[in-house]
Amino acid sequence: MELLSRDFKGDVAKALADPVLQTNLSRLKGNFLARRQKARESLPEFDTLRDEAKTIKDHTLAHLDLYLEAFEAQVKATGGEVHWARDAAEARVIVLAICRAERARTVTKGKSMIAEEIGLNHFLEAHGIEPVETDLGEYIIQLAHEPPSHIIAPAIHKNREQVAELFARYHPHLNGRKLEDIDDMLADARKVLRERFLKADVGITGANFMIAQTGQTVIVTNEGNGDLTQLLPRVHVAIASIEKLVPTLEDATTILRVLARSGTGQEMSSYTTFSAGGRRAGETDGPEAFHVVILDGGRSAMLGTEVQDMLRCIRCGCCLNACPVYGKLGGHAYGSTYSGPMGSVLTPALAGLEGAKHLPFASTLCGRCEEVCPMRIPIPRMLRHWREEETRRAMTPPAARWGLGLWGAVASRPRLYRRLARLGIGLLGRLGRRRGRFANLPLAGGWTEGRELPAPEGRTFQDLWQAGKRP
Amino acid sequence: MLARIRARYDRTPEAERDARQAVAERLAGHRRGTIPQRIDLDSAGLLALFVDKAQSVDATVDRVAADRDVPGAVARYLRGLNLPAEAAIAPHADLDAMPWAASALSLERRRAQGSDRVGIARAFAGIAETGTLMMASGPDSPATLNFLPETHVVVIRESDIVGGYEDAWQRLRERGRGTGRDLPRTVNLITGTSRTGDIEQIIQKGVHGPKRLHIVLVRDGA
Amino acid sequence: MTTTTGPSPQFSTSRRRASRGRELRANVALFVSCLVDLFRPTVGFAAVKLLEDAGCRVEVPEQTCCGQPAYNSGEREAARKVARGLIDRFEDFDHIVVPSGSCAGMLAHDLADLFVDMPDVAARARRLGAKVHELTSFLVDVLGVDHVGSAYDGIVTYHDSCSSLRAMKVADQPRRLLESVKGLTLREAADREVCCGFGGTFCVKYPAISTAMATDKAARLAETGADTVLAGDLGCLMNIAGLLKRQGSPIRVRHVAEVLAGMTDGPAIGEGKDARWSS
Repeated sequence: MELLSRDFKGDVAKALADPVLQTNLSRLKGNFLARRQKARESLPEFDTLRDEAKTIKDHTLAHLDLYLEAFEAQVKATGGEVHWARDAAEARVIVLAICRAERARTVTKGKSMIAEEIGLNHFLEAHGIEPVETDLGEYIIQLAHEPPSHIIAPAIHKNREQVAELFARYHPHLNGRKLEDIDDMLADARKVLRERFLKADVGITGANFMIAQTGQTVIVTNEGNGDLTQLLPRVHVAIASIEKLVPTLEDATTILRVLARSGTGQEMSSYTTFSAGGRRAGETDGPEAFHVVILDGGRSAMLGTEVQDMLRCIRCGCCLNACPVYGKLGGHAYGSTYSGPMGSVLTPALAGLEGAKHLPFASTLCGRCEEVCPMRIPIPRMLRHWREEETRRAMTPPAARWGLGLWGAVASRPRLYRRLARLGIGLLGRLGRRRGRFANLPLAGGWTEGRELPAPEGRTFQDLWQAGKRP
Repeated sequence: MLARIRARYDRTPEAERDARQAVAERLAGHRRGTIPQRIDLDSAGLLALFVDKAQSVDATVDRVAADRDVPGAVARYLRGLNLPAEAAIAPHADLDAMPWAASALSLERRRAQGSDRVGIARAFAGIAETGTLMMASGPDSPATLNFLPETHVVVIRESDIVGGYEDAWQRLRERGRGTGRDLPRTVNLITGTSRTGDIEQIIQKGVHGPKRLHIVLVRDGA
Repeated sequence: MTTTTGPSPQFSTSRRRASRGRELRANVALFVSCLVDLFRPTVGFAAVKLLEDAGCRVEVPEQTCCGQPAYNSGEREAARKVARGLIDRFEDFDHIVVPSGSCAGMLAHDLADLFVDMPDVAARARRLGAKVHELTSFLVDVLGVDHVGSAYDGIVTYHDSCSSLRAMKVADQPRRLLESVKGLTLREAADREVCCGFGGTFCVKYPAISTAMATDKAARLAETGADTVLAGDLGCLMNIAGLLKRQGSPIRVRHVAEVLAGMTDGPAIGEGKDARWSS
């Protein structure tokens, strides 16, 4: 996977200074998270189902080769074709070949993180094929030439004025007019995209699940765009990564019970569609051909490692909604297709640690992500794993390594610790006694940039305790 | 690529045997996970739950006494919303048997087209757990009727209502038994109308799929 | 919760004192945390008072740091060095009490992970971990204390540190004790479960993000109209106090132990001798 940016600190500064983004992000908790809580309260079995979902995925991940084999056989038995792609480049070439075989000029796209990950749109455009995003949020950012900033709500960083501007610029029938009412914007998008749906030669979707037992791919949407994408054109291509597999329909059902509730707080999304193969004898609609492109893209290398659990992710987006860091940065700052807590674990695995070295550290390890994850993924533990990996590879700043090494050396020698503390704290205490704090202090620039540093009381607790002093 | 994945496991021959057996067993069965207690109801209870849940996701539900009342109910519904009295209708035997001629609705028995404003379809099952409709594609049940028209009218019988998704899958499998194809090409689980929150996280309806979902629920036996 | 609660009616005074029955309640080793040791000994003494009042015998073994800064930064070796000594010095006590949710979490759950390659030490770490408690949780859950005898005239809002909430399951306990403080009004802030942005080394590695998070947290706390912010973690408290003071806010920030033990004579966190609002 290619990174979208390697300037984390610069992107962070931009994000923090963006008032529209900050306003929109502040709504996340009240919307998605609050609704999730309500959904959780109205399903007493919710936490049990999370445990079961975890077990299903763990079992699948322990037998991925065998279930993939079974899935392939079932897809073929139901009249579909399976294509294996080891990496992004192979996947792109496969999709292009299918489109070329159809002499496709335009393709519609349902929302697919995998398609984002492999840079499919750009590739198709470079080869003379026009991809049209149909999910409203994806459509908006396609017009804006931006990557998505949230798994579920790709245009979460945009406000209505910005959307109106984009439509005014790119919808010729508006003649440059900026719509004011969001209902009008919706109607406008519906009209424009309806035309594209009907004319598309190929429809490309992702897959929330692949079901080994039946050879079905499953898409979960609220708009119905994924369905129109896969029903109307002659060819349907579903592209998914290997870990999207589940054994049976019942397994998919168990996980579906926690998916929408976790992501948006709905009990079920509006449309959950299970598809296998192409049009059957006597049918008058549906695609004639069905292709599944299965991507490895670095996932098999995660099996048996400290980050295997990340493969349980069902892309619900809940960890993003719960993360206080994502809540200040939005998705673009992470510089990757995958942002937020899950992105901070997955991106180093798929794109390499070097370019993503900030992501595992840009977290307070507050644990809210793990608390809300429907698949019980221990994200903080895996973030710590990446931090240890960076230490092992000497990727962390030397000053930090040196500082912590010194701290370790001193803190493992209590008497030395006490002596140094007596000196240092005594000094700081004297300097800070009057004001009680420091507005700046050498070596503490990181802290005092944005806040005061409270001064120590001047003597250590242990010294006072040993001296028999009591307040 | 499969070989590369298999290599990650590095199984002993014994472990490989066990793994294959475990997979084969699982794939041969339909083992269910925890089923929510809320569907632990009798059929009257499930009916009430289905209606309640469907209405909670903005579907409208019209209960009629018998098959012969369906066309009139649909015509009334469309009139009430000032919608044109015309629709594309699924070429389904159950719908064919209903007295549409008397309803003054102008109908075409086919799949949906981009310009259709109303689509009438026959559901395979209704899932009380979340007020969800299970639509199964087939020659008599074109899936486009569920997505292209702005107004989606779905006819369903009380005896089609089941408790949970697993019950619906079971019925679907039973129907397919002996036909050589267990499951239809497309199964749509529809819970409410098309919606989005993509503009400022404000929920709006009827983005690409139907803006209105109207369920006509027929009492059986008539 | 965003309800305002006034001082509650008296709970039953079921507090058993050491003097009654002449029986010591518990042998406790106090691990104060490096921040308390270095920056604010008052918190340590407040913890001692609360424990002794509840009938405990308190010892303070030689201590430095729990190793968490190194552990969370990926520096396992440095963390191991510190942890070895800690295990040696603390493992023989019946209870280890910590006036810090994050250090308690480290000692209770994470020490064993540092010694996966040394099963004996890991086992010792696990046994030690089972005896670790955060201060208010120890008082309420283990000793059954539901009432403290102190008084504090102020409107207080309590900040839950992430480790307290998630690692140590501390939420009701400090509130229960605070509601027994005479004259104290407790108000809940919005977004209780959202991190304040301290995160150990995070706050100095990513100061811009940290300050943005702290600013939001400070705003939620201030919106309650409280004149005092309390918490059970000195790291969070220094972060929040640092931000409030930079903003010129008169809100006083203290460790919850100080109020519970009635030790609020000295300056609040970040306040000095000539601060106009210091008592």
